[in-house]
Amino acid sequence: MLLIRCPWCGPREEVEFRYGGQAHIAFPADPEALSDAAWGEWLFHRDNPKGAFRERWVHSAGCRRWFNARRDTVTHEIAATYVGTEPGA
Amino acid sequence: MTRARRLPGGGRIDRTRTLGFHFDGAPYAGHPGDTLASALLANGVGIVGRGVYSGRPRGIVAAGVEDPGALVQVELPGGSEPMLRAAAVELFDGLVADGLPGKGRLTIERESARFDKRYRHVDVLVIGGGAAGIAAAEAAARTGARVLLADQDLALGGALLGSEGERIGGAPALEWVAAAEARLRAVPEVTILLRTTAIGLYDHGSAVLVERCTDGVTEARVHHIRAGRIVLATGAIERPIVFSGNDRPGVMLAGAARSYLHRHGVLAGERIVIFTTHDAGLRAARDLEAAGATVVAVADARAGDRVTGTEGDPWLSAVHVNGTAVRADLLLVTGGWNPAVHLWSHPRGTIRFDETIGAFVPDVPNGPYAAAGAAAGTFDLAGCLAGGAAAGAAAAGLAGFGDGQAPPVPAVEAPAVGPLGRLWLVEPEPGDDGTAHIVDLEREATLADIRSALGAGLASIEHVKRYTTIGTASDQGKTSGIVTSAIAAALLGQEVGAVGVPTFRAPYVPVSFAALGGRERGPLFDPVRTTPIHAREVAAGALFENVGQWKRAWFYPRPGESMEAAVLRECAAVRTGVGIFDGSTLGKIDLQGPDAGILLDRVYTNTFSTLAVGSCRYGLMTKADGMVFDDGVTSRIADDRWLMTTTTGNAAAVLDHLEEWLQTEWPELRVRATSVTEEWAVVALVGPRSRELLRRLAPGIEVSNDAFPFMTWRDAEVAGLPARVFRISFSGELAYEVNVAGWHGAALWDAAMSAGADLGITPYGTETMHVLRAEKGYPIIGQETDGSVSPDDLGLGRMASRKKWCIGSRSWHRPDLLRADRKQLVSLLPEDPELVLPEGAQIVAAPDLAPPMPMIGHVTSSYRSAALGRSFALALVRGGRARIGETVWLPLPDRTVAATVGSSVLFDPEGTRRDG
Repeated sequence: MLLIRCPWCGPREEVEFRYGGQAHIAFPADPEALSDAAWGEWLFHRDNPKGAFRERWVHSAGCRRWFNARRDTVTHEIAATYVGTEPGA
Repeated sequence: MTRARRLPGGGRIDRTRTLGFHFDGAPYAGHPGDTLASALLANGVGIVGRGVYSGRPRGIVAAGVEDPGALVQVELPGGSEPMLRAAAVELFDGLVADGLPGKGRLTIERESARFDKRYRHVDVLVIGGGAAGIAAAEAAARTGARVLLADQDLALGGALLGSEGERIGGAPALEWVAAAEARLRAVPEVTILLRTTAIGLYDHGSAVLVERCTDGVTEARVHHIRAGRIVLATGAIERPIVFSGNDRPGVMLAGAARSYLHRHGVLAGERIVIFTTHDAGLRAARDLEAAGATVVAVADARAGDRVTGTEGDPWLSAVHVNGTAVRADLLLVTGGWNPAVHLWSHPRGTIRFDETIGAFVPDVPNGPYAAAGAAAGTFDLAGCLAGGAAAGAAAAGLAGFGDGQAPPVPAVEAPAVGPLGRLWLVEPEPGDDGTAHIVDLEREATLADIRSALGAGLASIEHVKRYTTIGTASDQGKTSGIVTSAIAAALLGQEVGAVGVPTFRAPYVPVSFAALGGRERGPLFDPVRTTPIHAREVAAGALFENVGQWKRAWFYPRPGESMEAAVLRECAAVRTGVGIFDGSTLGKIDLQGPDAGILLDRVYTNTFSTLAVGSCRYGLMTKADGMVFDDGVTSRIADDRWLMTTTTGNAAAVLDHLEEWLQTEWPELRVRATSVTEEWAVVALVGPRSRELLRRLAPGIEVSNDAFPFMTWRDAEVAGLPARVFRISFSGELAYEVNVAGWHGAALWDAAMSAGADLGITPYGTETMHVLRAEKGYPIIGQETDGSVSPDDLGLGRMASRKKWCIGSRSWHRPDLLRADRKQLVSLLPEDPELVLPEGAQIVAAPDLAPPMPMIGHVTSSYRSAALGRSFALALVRGGRARIGETVWLPLPDRTVAATVGSSVLFDPEGTRRDG
């Protein structure tokens, strides 16, 4: 069970959170301008790296705020949680 | 037979008290401090169970959870617990147990058993209360850190409990243990949990512990721990040497026999052979000899001695030492110790093979973990104390307590460990196929099985494990695992460290599901939600169905009435008179803010921002993939305030969806979304006579169709209660949904029932609601849809606005969503009007196809209709709208039936009834 540091509430148990997939994937500014392939890429394709991964979480059983985390997918170490752009990234 | 017996003195048992117990139906006696295994040995019971496949007799091999031999089932209040290890069952008065043939008897009901759960947060968790664990706990406790010390045994001391001769700080070791325990118990921030086994170590300092309780009320308690740091002082497990006939009862690990002697005052045999790779094995034999046994042969592997076979039926009668038979009734075996790295490995801490001790030791932790004492490969007592103190102090320091410096530890007098030889296997004689070399006693897997696995080309130890089943029994190969790796390594010509060991996984010891489930069973398994009107529905005789966590009135059978008859009666009442329905479970979300209309336009396929205050609109919600996610009616309460309704089961998911997009994509929108589901009770008055009923209940409002038209709402006083009335319909009938504060729900229901009595008002449940909406072709999200159904598939493509975008609109013209042969919602009229098709039935294009038949769709809803006077169904059928009028077939288990495809709207397609 992960221990996740909510940027607003501090460290909380994983069961309080819901996972939101890869972070920093913005909704396209004009989806209609995208080709079927480009829209499909946005819709269905996400990275699945071994190692550092920036991902979204929401403190669903807490403050209900979304935030981002940088987690190592091998060790599960969470190097940082942040709102918006990762500081120093 | 075994010559095991209780000695007249000695041992750490309470001889002043006697505990009676039954084993395999026979009465015996033991003492507090006994395990079932030690009490059995004390009573001369050597054969405890039988091998799972061979039926060969099985005796007690070890003195703890690692024992692969003696499996028992213990009778407990309300049931029995299978597959326990006699060596790990604490004796209690009245214990009743049976030996097992390698497998237990499943107990379904444990109703009177009580299980509990607890969450704990500590700075330092120390797992294992031997010398190293005690030293670690003391070192951490002195810093002021919150410390939890857990040990699986009934007392602290670890290996010292089964030993004799060590001195710590000038006193016998167990006196130091007792003094240390007293010091720890005096510290308010320290908790000691005995009889508590750590079954799993997880990420970021979390661990799960299972405590066996002895209070007579609670049977077990599961502790979920979050610790700043965790010290693993889990000790080491003695390992055997594999030789021919090594599974014969009377073959016992040397350290186990020594533990039974010193701890329980039990001498496990009289004529002893010792087969060892190290001095501690010799020490065990000497201790038993000093207690009255005779050592008839010493086989020191370091000197080249080998045990090559055993005799005896069923009990050991002779041991072959270097090919010569020696009469004996106990063969002590030890091949060294394996640090208990299981927990270390659970969160993927790495291990490495240490050539000095010939075993795997912890290497790089993954998380806030450290190992100390024998678990870290330190086998001498002084090293365990020093290592424990260092690890405890360091753990506290890293958790923010103290300077991390180890305190001084007391002086130790103990025998040196001495040089460790290494022998895993006594090679079979030429012509011996290795089938009597039992590697895994519980699985009865042999050297021949390992050879067979490697012969089949398997080189990974994970594959060897699965091929041979070694390590897959309930003991998880605690004594056999590394031996397997070493044998495989030798056969493969590799180093043991390169071959490795199979992945250790939780739980470390078997745990009953009853313990893991705890109190979360029966009515406490999941929260039960009931509406404010629930008691009225119960009183009216409703049966209930579960919709998510909600209990919803399903139908209201009269005495003796079948479900089918009740639903037909309820349906007819609604279509001809007036029905009353509890709609309180519908999800309700209060949207406030000037940009709420923009939000609605983006999440619904159709346009809301143009809706007038006082009006309502049905909306269809899709996710980015364009597939239908939810539906419901949203009403504009004010310029900047809306009330959204969602399906009952999706209320939380829709709120999540709105919040996600508001926070992550559109933070500029000024909207707040709040769940108000439970604030409102909703009573739907439905049917042609509902207008008359509302007129009686709410004389203050004009209820004519012109004054109160379809898809509008009014604030009004209904039955003297402040209410908001929505003229919306999920049945096609004239209907009003009256919303009042939750606490007024029952009063509103009572008033409506009373005022409508002479109109024949009929309560109806979700089943009738489903039939009525299906007659109108209204989909239920989650019944007609499964996440792969688009608005157009439902025939609601007209609701997909082309004038504005929404979250999923780009997906609607992906090529896959434009296929003509997508499954589309249609109705089916079975050829036999009495036949109610099974929901989920598959649809095919011809009656006489041979399997595998191309399936062109499936039934999503199927009912008997009072209004149609026949059965009907809704279905998703490939290119369904183009098949209207065609016949399709449904292969049922006993026959294939025909049905005619029709429009999804079967009743009142012109919509004439909604205005009354």
